[in-house]
Amino acid sequence: MIKVDNLHKSYGKLDVLKGINTSIKEGEVVAVIGPSGSGKSTFLRCLNLLEQPTEGQIWIKESNITDNKTNIMKVREHVGMVFQHFHLFPHKTVLDNLTYAPMKVKGLSKQEAQKQGRELLKKVGLADKEKQYPNKLSGGQKQRVAIARALAMNPDVMLFDEPTSALDPEMVKEVLAVMKDLVHTGMTMVIVTHEMGFAREVADRILFLDGGNLVEDAPPSEFFSSPKSKRAQDFLEKVL
Amino acid sequence: MTLKVVAVAAVIGIILGIILSLMKISRIKPLNWIADFYTSIFRGTPLVLQLMLIYFGSPQLFGVQIEAFEAAFLSFGLNSAAYISEVIRGGINAVDKGQREAALALGVPYSSMMISIILPQAFKNILPALMNEFITLTKESAIVTTIGLADIMRRSYIVGGDTYKFFEPILFAGLIYYVMVMILTVIGKLIEGRMKRSD
Repeated sequence: MIKVDNLHKSYGKLDVLKGINTSIKEGEVVAVIGPSGSGKSTFLRCLNLLEQPTEGQIWIKESNITDNKTNIMKVREHVGMVFQHFHLFPHKTVLDNLTYAPMKVKGLSKQEAQKQGRELLKKVGLADKEKQYPNKLSGGQKQRVAIARALAMNPDVMLFDEPTSALDPEMVKEVLAVMKDLVHTGMTMVIVTHEMGFAREVADRILFLDGGNLVEDAPPSEFFSSPKSKRAQDFLEKVL
Repeated sequence: MTLKVVAVAAVIGIILGIILSLMKISRIKPLNWIADFYTSIFRGTPLVLQLMLIYFGSPQLFGVQIEAFEAAFLSFGLNSAAYISEVIRGGINAVDKGQREAALALGVPYSSMMISIILPQAFKNILPALMNEFITLTKESAIVTTIGLADIMRRSYIVGGDTYKFFEPILFAGLIYYVMVMILTVIGKLIEGRMKRSD
């Protein structure tokens, strides 16, 4: 599904990613964890080219997205992304947030887009909010709308960039619940997170990044009980 | 006549202002240069000079003598485009970067993103500054008198000349300008209120 080959990213002299190699299978749920500054968000943002890799190649399905000839916009249609700070469109109602891209990019009719949007809102438990503007919603509700908005494009992969880090503690659960539902649908997911409990529970694999390197790649049972590297041991000691 | 000049100039100013502001934030360097040069010319010289240059220079510029009305809305439109483009550029830059990323991540092309995501939010932020620009434009339009256009200012002057009393007609002209600006202000407030719906 996703194949990452020798991915480098640097800003001037600062090397953020120093050669990441990994692959993610269809339906797999991968949690990316690591200390701040380890490059995990940058790694995620490279997967839909919000960051342009300095070196290396990324394949999503059959297309090499790092090839200049590939139409980036087409790739992004199939890769959903959820941001830490939601980034809902504040001047559009909740339902319009969900219907905008499907209509604009995929050419869905308004009726089709609205029907699909309402179904998604029901799925994330916000069917009654469709006419609200995002600013009226709580953080947890905003993030659930943001997840629904990404799903409205019917993506093959969903990327989550610290989806619960900007939320008040009592709202973390509702967002994680929606993500869990998504896991059960067999969606391929890459999740950058600090929620270790959640990562352990739902992830098929943990990628541990540190200093721009992929230090460990293991199933959660293995990673959390017996991390191999010293750095992962130190990290887990601090966060658990 | 004043209203017509201001209305046409405002439309030119907004459309050209948007185009210029997009050129200024473009990654293509020559577009930046052209837009910046344009702005520096129209901000760096007096409006009355631009007006006269276009009106009296038109036979040499275009080969025909254009109407005073055309010269007026052209110069005002071109001039306010320079100011408006700066205002819009600031407004676009003030929109959260995340909005752009969210649109890109959904596969929305650049033009659609600008038109339906970024510019509406930018306009909401810059509305007070834009209204300021239109108010200035309304009042500054009084200088069309210098090319003989019969606007409010000139008419008051003519009436003064006929009656040998200048105080009342000019005061009356002032009142008309004041009322026009007040109307503009109210319209601005109304639009602002409408845009606040999403807050």
